[in-house]
Amino acid sequence: MNILTKWLRSYLPALPVDDAQLAEALTLRGIAVEGIYDLGEGNGSLYEMDITTNRVDAMNHYGVAREAAAIYGLELPELVFELPEFRPPGQDFPVRIEAEDACGRFTARVLRGVAIADSRDWFPGAEVSTYFGLLQQKCISNAVDATNFAWLAMGQPTHAFDLDKIEGGILVRRAIKGEKLKTLDGVERTLDPEDLVVADHVKALALAGVMGGWDTMITPATTNVLVEAAWFDPVAVRRTARRHGLHTDASHRFERGADFNAAPVASAIVCSVLLANGGHIEGDLVDVRIPAAEARTAARQPIALALSEVHRILGATVKKEGITAATVEGVLTALGCGLAELAKTAEFAELAKTAGSARDEGAAWLVTLPSWRLDLEREIDLIEEVARVYGYNGFANTLPAFGEGVRALPWAEAETAVRRTLLSAGFHEAIASTFCSAAEAALTAPQPGMVVPLGNPLSEEAGVLRPSLVPGMLAMVAGNLNRDVSDVRLFELGTVFSGTTEKVEERPSLSFGAVGSLPEQGALHPTRAIEFQDVKGVVEQVLARFQARAVYFDRFPAEAGITPAWLHPYRAARVAVDGATVGWFGQLHPREAAARKLKDPVLVGELYLDRLYKLPLRRPAARDISRFQPVRRDFSLILGENIAWETIDRALAALQIPELVEWRVREVFRDAKLGKGEYSLLMGATFQAPDRTLREEELQGFQAQVVEAVGKVGARLRS
Amino acid sequence: MTNEAIPNLAAFDESALDQAFAALERQARAAAATLDGEAAVEAFRLEWLGRKQGRLNDVSGRWLKAAPPEAKKLLGQRFNALKAVVEALLDEATGAGPTDAALAAEAIDITLPGTRRLTGAEHPITRTLNEIVSVFAALGYSVGVGPEVETDYYNFESMNFPPGHPARDTQDTLVVANQERRSQRDRLLLRTHTSPVQMRTMEQQPPPVRIVIPGKVHRNDAQDATHSPIFHQVEGLCVDTNITFSDLKGTLDHAMKALFGSAVKTRFFPSFFPFTEPSADVQISCIFCGGKGCRKCKNSGWIELLGCGMVDPAVFAFAAEKQPTYDSKKISGFAFGMGVERIAMMKYGISEIGSLYAGDMRFLNQFV
Repeated sequence: MNILTKWLRSYLPALPVDDAQLAEALTLRGIAVEGIYDLGEGNGSLYEMDITTNRVDAMNHYGVAREAAAIYGLELPELVFELPEFRPPGQDFPVRIEAEDACGRFTARVLRGVAIADSRDWFPGAEVSTYFGLLQQKCISNAVDATNFAWLAMGQPTHAFDLDKIEGGILVRRAIKGEKLKTLDGVERTLDPEDLVVADHVKALALAGVMGGWDTMITPATTNVLVEAAWFDPVAVRRTARRHGLHTDASHRFERGADFNAAPVASAIVCSVLLANGGHIEGDLVDVRIPAAEARTAARQPIALALSEVHRILGATVKKEGITAATVEGVLTALGCGLAELAKTAEFAELAKTAGSARDEGAAWLVTLPSWRLDLEREIDLIEEVARVYGYNGFANTLPAFGEGVRALPWAEAETAVRRTLLSAGFHEAIASTFCSAAEAALTAPQPGMVVPLGNPLSEEAGVLRPSLVPGMLAMVAGNLNRDVSDVRLFELGTVFSGTTEKVEERPSLSFGAVGSLPEQGALHPTRAIEFQDVKGVVEQVLARFQARAVYFDRFPAEAGITPAWLHPYRAARVAVDGATVGWFGQLHPREAAARKLKDPVLVGELYLDRLYKLPLRRPAARDISRFQPVRRDFSLILGENIAWETIDRALAALQIPELVEWRVREVFRDAKLGKGEYSLLMGATFQAPDRTLREEELQGFQAQVVEAVGKVGARLRS
Repeated sequence: MTNEAIPNLAAFDESALDQAFAALERQARAAAATLDGEAAVEAFRLEWLGRKQGRLNDVSGRWLKAAPPEAKKLLGQRFNALKAVVEALLDEATGAGPTDAALAAEAIDITLPGTRRLTGAEHPITRTLNEIVSVFAALGYSVGVGPEVETDYYNFESMNFPPGHPARDTQDTLVVANQERRSQRDRLLLRTHTSPVQMRTMEQQPPPVRIVIPGKVHRNDAQDATHSPIFHQVEGLCVDTNITFSDLKGTLDHAMKALFGSAVKTRFFPSFFPFTEPSADVQISCIFCGGKGCRKCKNSGWIELLGCGMVDPAVFAFAAEKQPTYDSKKISGFAFGMGVERIAMMKYGISEIGSLYAGDMRFLNQFV
């Protein structure tokens, strides 16, 4: 919305500041001036306004002038447009409000013998041509421009009908099912029985409070005019506008609450401007009011305001004298409120005699509310007005006292531990879309079918709430590869969703994806491709942050159908902690890789953090380091391809030799000299005792036990 | 540096011994002075201290055995003194280490780039969220979270957006499918702000409350350079007896200084949010130009950063349905909310909001 300072100043000629200062003062009081444009000598400035939706009353020149008057303590003259005295008597034009819940007031005035012409500056206070020119508002005709002028001046929508097209009289009613109306935008509309219309005795004329009708619009041939100025209910207008996909100046105002008392004032503006080019009034202003609507708007009950409450909410000011009774009275009166001081108790009366400040201590008022400020309903609204006009920056910066302890989220520490582990493993943190396509959801949902669709998705690709972080991870990995970024290591900590459209569950989850080379590359060493074991190592490190009794990785035969469909069935692992599945990872299924045009093998996985977060974080516990020399023995084993390392691992664990403190795979290799279907594995075992140096014969005994144990599961020593 | 073999001693009186040992010491010192390289040092060590052929071994073998008993003590003293000298010479030679020439042969190109272990980068949003949260944690705020899928009641109604209210228009909402037949308050949607967690917190906990709520929110907005359908907010809520608007000002002024530096100024001006009254927008003096005016602040010297206000009594009334102690006549409070993306983009000079959600390694690398 735009405001001309020239127009503004015509209401407040005594404004003591220039346009820039005025803009600053208005902005700091919530009537925000977003831009100031100089219009040249004598024309003032144009303000580009940004006014919050609760302040529709200030979205016009008179409304902004009212704010300026409050700020500078000026008197704002009433908006009065004199109508010609000459009015041949006529019958009252028939107006009836049938939809009393939706139309609170309807004024109609009949003008006859008007001449439709181009707009001019008609008389002082009605410089239509000048103001419209400066605002770059298109002039249409004196009739249409008169209604727009009233709108820009004081924010009340009005409408001018060609009187001769109206049959009988005006009836404000709900539409009849299937009723047709061609609106001013040329669209033929089929009305809904909920729509509010201004009709005559035969047909609908206009969508009430939204848009006029085509058939009754002013044309160059129009000579007789009916001027409507009304008050329509916000909800009724909003519903009608919504249903027809319309958003007009009029609907904007009515939806947010128009001024019940504004109709006659606006009608006078329109009529006086129109009559400036000839014609005359017939009869009196027809003014139909619904008492119930008036009671909840212009005539609503006054509200009580206590100064102590103003202080309780607003607190300390920069200036010592703070907010006094006089401040409150000054601000609210300037905004159009009426203040009646509430009778004080005898106690206060007594105080008032002895102490000068006692009046302020107990000050309280009964405040009547201006008809144009429907946003003022409660004491707190008045307190806001006081703060606003006083100026927010006039309040001090204080800090509240602080007592109780600070509680962290139950799993904040666990999440930090997981994030740090991934970061230290060289994975970048990413945030992906919360949504995915139904197809991706079907592929990756840990609970098939428990996918929640959106009612108004951003796109088909974002049709459902993600049941897994895997689709987002794959999209990000693919995005990098498509941009020729070939080394990718990403993780995401986010929420996944499962359930139905009735009930949605949210869980924290972790996904990770990796492709390309290991980035520990230097000038002197070649890089190598990141592989399953690299990712498994990261998973192990994550799990190691938690205190679990049993952590293991397993896989299932393809035909079991347990492995998620997005994973390569023979290069994927289930992660199990204390018997529960906490996630899956491995190489992306080649079918999925091909579908995404990914040539390099992508490693991807997801951990269900809600399950992991049930475990306590592992607390480091120090043990004494043995002072006695550890002894390492290597065992070169030959195994059948069907014997996995896990078998050896378990066999060694089963030995339960306390001095066997560690064992690990040093190397796995395959060569032609071995038997068919065999491979070789070099295992290093470390023996150490906490209390003594191991003797050679002890060591030999342990070694024999190891050889026997691995022999039982099918491994033999390489000779 | 071959030394003569150890001669046999003719006499074992003190002067003879002095003479004989002095000669050996001279030989040792002369030999040590010419030592060049590790091999030579090792040869010297073997020559003098070697267990089998070492000269000192010879001395003890030949002289000590031949010495008459009364001379043995003196000879032993002289012998130990000589051994100490030889060991000191050896230490000195070893300490000198390899020669420069030997070291030069081991030269490497130190101008080759260092081998970097890639460490992962925390996402700039996470980083910013954590910074904001820790500022408020230091002021005594606990951290809260809430669901991303909310009911209409928590997201709108209890935050004083009545059904059909135009304020709902400002937050285009993504909704879960098939909600039409449910009652308005139970309808599920993607929360459009973190404010519903205010109500969830108050329902669980009587005052006093001091809480910050970081979280992801969604709106049905078209993506452009500064808008995204997915973004993050940090919400704050402080409720107690005697919490005032000036407390709100002081708290946010402190927080902005903690986040952006102590030179930052704040200013407050009226705004409108259904769940606060009075409501304010907060601007900080431009962190790029210090308030002089630049392109980043559109020459205003100020940057708008957050919304806030005193908790609306209507919101307390909703909370009081479950926790009657939220009586707006007895307690008061303030709430604030800020967009994390905007702050992160400003702090790190990010120009496209979309880059925060693309997972582009080149973008994320910059935050290591």
